[in-house]
Amino acid sequence: MPKDGGIGASSKRREDVRFLTGAGNYTDDINIHGQAYVHFLRSDMAHGTIASIDTTAATAMPGVVRIFTGSDFEGVGGMPCGWQVTDRFGQPMQEPGHPILAQGKVRHVGEPIAAVVADSLEQARDAAEAIEVSIDGLPAVVDMKAALADGATKVHDDLNDNLCYDWGFVEENKDAVAKAIDEAAHVTTLELVNNRLVANPMEPRVAVGDYARGTDESTLYTTSQNPHVIRLLMGAFVLGIPEHKLRVVAPDVGGGFGTKIFHYQEEAFCTFAAKACNRPVKWTSTRSEAFISDAHGRDHVTKIELALDAENNFTAIRTETHANMGAYLSTFAPSVPTWLHGTLMAGNYKTPLVYVNVKAVFTNTVPVDAYRGAGRPEATFQLERVVDKAARELGVDPIALRRQNFITEFPYATPVAVEYDTGDYHGTMDKLEEIADLSGFAARQAASEARGKLRGLGVNCYIEACGIAPSNLVGQLGARAGLYESATVRVNATGGLVVMTGSHSHGQGHETSFAQVVAEMIGIDESMVEIVHGDTANTPMGMGTYGSRSIAVGGSAMVRATEKIIAKAKKIAAHLLEAAEGDIELKDGAFSVAGTDKSVAWGDVTLAAYVPHNYPLEDIEPGLEETAFYDPANFTYPSGAYACEVEVDPDTGKVSIERFAAADDFGNIINPMIVTGQVHGGLAQGIGQALLENCAYDEEGQLLSASYMDYAMPRADDLPMFEVDHSSQTPCTHNPLGVKGCGEAGAIGSPPAVVNAVVDALQSAGKDVTHIDMPLSPDRVWEAMNG
Amino acid sequence: MTQVTITVNGSAASGDAEGRTLLSSFLRDTLKLTGTHVGCDTSQCGACVVHVDGVAVKSCTMLAVEADGAEVTTIEGMANADGSLNTIQQAFQDHHGLQCGFCTPGMVMSAASLLKENPHPTEAEVREYLEGNICRCTGYHNIVKAILAASGQDVGAIAAE
Amino acid sequence: MYNFEFEKPGSVADAVAALGGEDAQALGGGQTLLPTMKQRLASPAKLVSLKGIAEMQGVCTNDAGEICIGGATAHAMVASQAGAYPALADTAAHIGDPAVRNRGTIGGSLANNDPSACYPAAVLASGATVVTNAREIAADEFFDGLFETALEEGEIITEVRFPVPEKANYQKFVQPASRFALVGVFVAKFADGVRVAVTGASEDGVFRWTEAEAALSANFAPEAIDGLVVDGSGMISDLHGSGMYRAHLIGVMTKRAVAAAA
Repeated sequence: MPKDGGIGASSKRREDVRFLTGAGNYTDDINIHGQAYVHFLRSDMAHGTIASIDTTAATAMPGVVRIFTGSDFEGVGGMPCGWQVTDRFGQPMQEPGHPILAQGKVRHVGEPIAAVVADSLEQARDAAEAIEVSIDGLPAVVDMKAALADGATKVHDDLNDNLCYDWGFVEENKDAVAKAIDEAAHVTTLELVNNRLVANPMEPRVAVGDYARGTDESTLYTTSQNPHVIRLLMGAFVLGIPEHKLRVVAPDVGGGFGTKIFHYQEEAFCTFAAKACNRPVKWTSTRSEAFISDAHGRDHVTKIELALDAENNFTAIRTETHANMGAYLSTFAPSVPTWLHGTLMAGNYKTPLVYVNVKAVFTNTVPVDAYRGAGRPEATFQLERVVDKAARELGVDPIALRRQNFITEFPYATPVAVEYDTGDYHGTMDKLEEIADLSGFAARQAASEARGKLRGLGVNCYIEACGIAPSNLVGQLGARAGLYESATVRVNATGGLVVMTGSHSHGQGHETSFAQVVAEMIGIDESMVEIVHGDTANTPMGMGTYGSRSIAVGGSAMVRATEKIIAKAKKIAAHLLEAAEGDIELKDGAFSVAGTDKSVAWGDVTLAAYVPHNYPLEDIEPGLEETAFYDPANFTYPSGAYACEVEVDPDTGKVSIERFAAADDFGNIINPMIVTGQVHGGLAQGIGQALLENCAYDEEGQLLSASYMDYAMPRADDLPMFEVDHSSQTPCTHNPLGVKGCGEAGAIGSPPAVVNAVVDALQSAGKDVTHIDMPLSPDRVWEAMNG
Repeated sequence: MTQVTITVNGSAASGDAEGRTLLSSFLRDTLKLTGTHVGCDTSQCGACVVHVDGVAVKSCTMLAVEADGAEVTTIEGMANADGSLNTIQQAFQDHHGLQCGFCTPGMVMSAASLLKENPHPTEAEVREYLEGNICRCTGYHNIVKAILAASGQDVGAIAAE
Repeated sequence: MYNFEFEKPGSVADAVAALGGEDAQALGGGQTLLPTMKQRLASPAKLVSLKGIAEMQGVCTNDAGEICIGGATAHAMVASQAGAYPALADTAAHIGDPAVRNRGTIGGSLANNDPSACYPAAVLASGATVVTNAREIAADEFFDGLFETALEEGEIITEVRFPVPEKANYQKFVQPASRFALVGVFVAKFADGVRVAVTGASEDGVFRWTEAEAALSANFAPEAIDGLVVDGSGMISDLHGSGMYRAHLIGVMTKRAVAAAA
């Protein structure tokens, strides 16, 4: 029987009521009396030297408050990078400056050159057109390998070249891996592209800066996944505002998918300009602007080799990747192709030797950073594609080859520095074979054939790492931040609770699922628990939501704070019941003395905490409010197995997804309905990457897919109903809830399943096609078929 | 500036508009009905869908002056008279048809149009009708399911939530 | 967008007068024009809405048996009321999305002549007549390359008259992002021959595929197309497909349209 509340219940989301009635409070819904509007004049050239900027005429235009250019920000910090990677020679990465407004040069289409603050947005746009900018064009660096060639134009004149870093992992294994590949019975090699994507949360970014002259306090309302991180980065590194004078609010946020983690120029600008103009300043991105100013995702070019022995056991993996950083280092960009990618290259398999080489490259394109999955999709895609290719080359069943090489004993220390605590890869594969009805595939393939369609089946596994941690380890790896999470639990006198969490919810339903956890722990109704997030003024310092970390890290902090609450409440209850503290039990919202019928209700205890007439004041303080910071001992390792069935129209190359099944192991589940929804969304984004989405530049560095007219977003009729199962559960061993995280799995696990399925369809029809680069758009598939 | 008067969610409302003022801006900025969202500038995402004289339109692609005298219904006008969620809204909550909520107003307005035109759509008809509404969170599975459920169809056989 | 004056006349005559001013432009449903203006790629001084002109609304059949569609008639109305010409109603029912179909008009679509739009293929394949405030223009004389038509400055499409073929069908292969036609083929079989119009593919906009027309006039069957090859050199090549691919799709879509024609 499904539970009707607490952990494991599919509680309906409380936040839905406001979203369904138009009562949400998104950043663009915030308007402050007297606010001005900013329009950014952005570069339409990918690379050039700014010869001159003349704002004279523009400044005289109606409604103009002030026009800012790069020179207004001399002495102000640039945009900081939050992760320093050390290369394989022990040297720090090359780290260029990243100005708020372009200084001297423009380095990508969309880079802000000037900012016009005016009474209305249209006035700001009018005036921006009157700014006279002269740019001397330079050759654009777009292709990564060309960017590394001798004599290539440099994106940053003050750096040695366009190489951000050359990273090797594990460098000590390099020779052993080479030897194993040389001695292998079989080596499968695959070169592939992990296509550049644009995250495209449906809410474009917005920033509203406000400044109170009387108190010298700045406030930024912004579309962020992590308001505290923005406060820290912007306050400490960019604008020099101490945190007690800076409040960052991320109210209802309309999706993030990674791209709203980062600190952006527009946030710093609006905060700065609000003080400089002594007026609130608002910026609302258009979608067209988002395409050239939101950090992009993926964009890896990779060669992977898989070595096998004569019995088809994997003996070594070697992979070389060129990773595009774009023109500047976005906040966490350096970590994505390295620590979030290389550490996952063992996948679900007991391959003894792995070597990962990554060259990160500067180009004249929009900066690239984390997008749903961030590094793990890139690892999974190449590994699961090369395993599939190996199976086809060897003439063995792709599932059998995977099963033969599965890791089966846990904990398992991989050759890429991480230790998987739990997993059951055969279990998820068994579940997949059941829910995907793999035994019925042959009949479905025959039916497709009768209709003139080519049907293919693609299967793959994935492993991912969530809840990036612990802080002392990631610090050694180059993170310039801690990766704990926080929660304050405030119990009110009449028994209701408010949980103030550093996690941020922008679609994940924390207001519902977090309340379920606390309610279960105390044994009270969920409606007695309120979740507060998103405002640095009323939540403890937190690191926010990304990397599928909220329940594993934020939830754990909340559990720890609630445990402290319960411990103190038991002391109060013991006093009220005149019993020993050790004899007090909490169940169903009441404290009782073990072995007796003496009990006191939750509400009586909370009331006593705030009206301490009969209270052990000599032992404990009044009040009932506790804070916990939780720093995890390890990552969590969700895993799963996915199956995709496609039909290919041989006349047009169009691929349709006929069936998609996902069997995941997320450990324990708080709200199955929400978890399933997270998987659905991830699958849509992964299928979107595989079939539809492509962020393409031309040779001049112009973005070709610069709006929804050319960037294909998955729509309802591109997708099927999904079969999703997460009954295979091996709880995480090192966090209190035994949870693993589910937000990115779908996007990580699905692209290889789709491509494997298309290759299967084409090979089943006798076509000699071993790989097609994503997206598998109709023209690409048709051209692959027709050679 | 022109005075534009519309009946919005059953009540008369008026305000000044320039020729270029879009209906979406008029609703959001002038009438403070911020439930209608703007998610793109190429008339594709559908977050801005409202009903004008009974039919769905993209309010970001219609001038406010063109709506003068019209009956407009926005997401704020969809709940039952007592404030409870209407059938479609309730189905979206029951079947988890929304996550971040940003596309949701447009989805609900499009769903209402669909069910008015076609009270018992098939899954394929729902998916086709949503061509002009983009959601980045849900993968559409639960949106389609919610709309089918709102039409009174049994969705028990569709993959569990 | 840039600001402009707005007028909403009640008659064609008033609209023509209003369009006489400098930089005045007609506004149909605005589903292309308004996004263009939002990007500040168009800057009319005045927009003249045609939506208030009752005589330009609606679908009827004239004495010659032609389906007559008012120039300001929305796609949704054509979809629901042009049942006497099923292929035309079906074409209208798949333009854009439902909300776009409630605003976008046939006159606006034809006057814009987007190379990927659906209506130009229907009009050209049907041999329809474009009626303006000043004259009648045969379909073959109307389309004049990308975004260009025979319309003079200030000339308004008041009506489009479609002869009803014996059989017809439109097949659209959509560009995956915009959902416009990557290639769309409208096939219309009349007593005196077959007309085939192709949209989405050519660098010169909508065109008649005369080789296919000849073959299909002799034998109205999908296999009649076998062996016919469209030259890819004049076809649009972009992110979504090469000219060769588009040329190939023209054959595929034509066959499918013939097979589905009713």
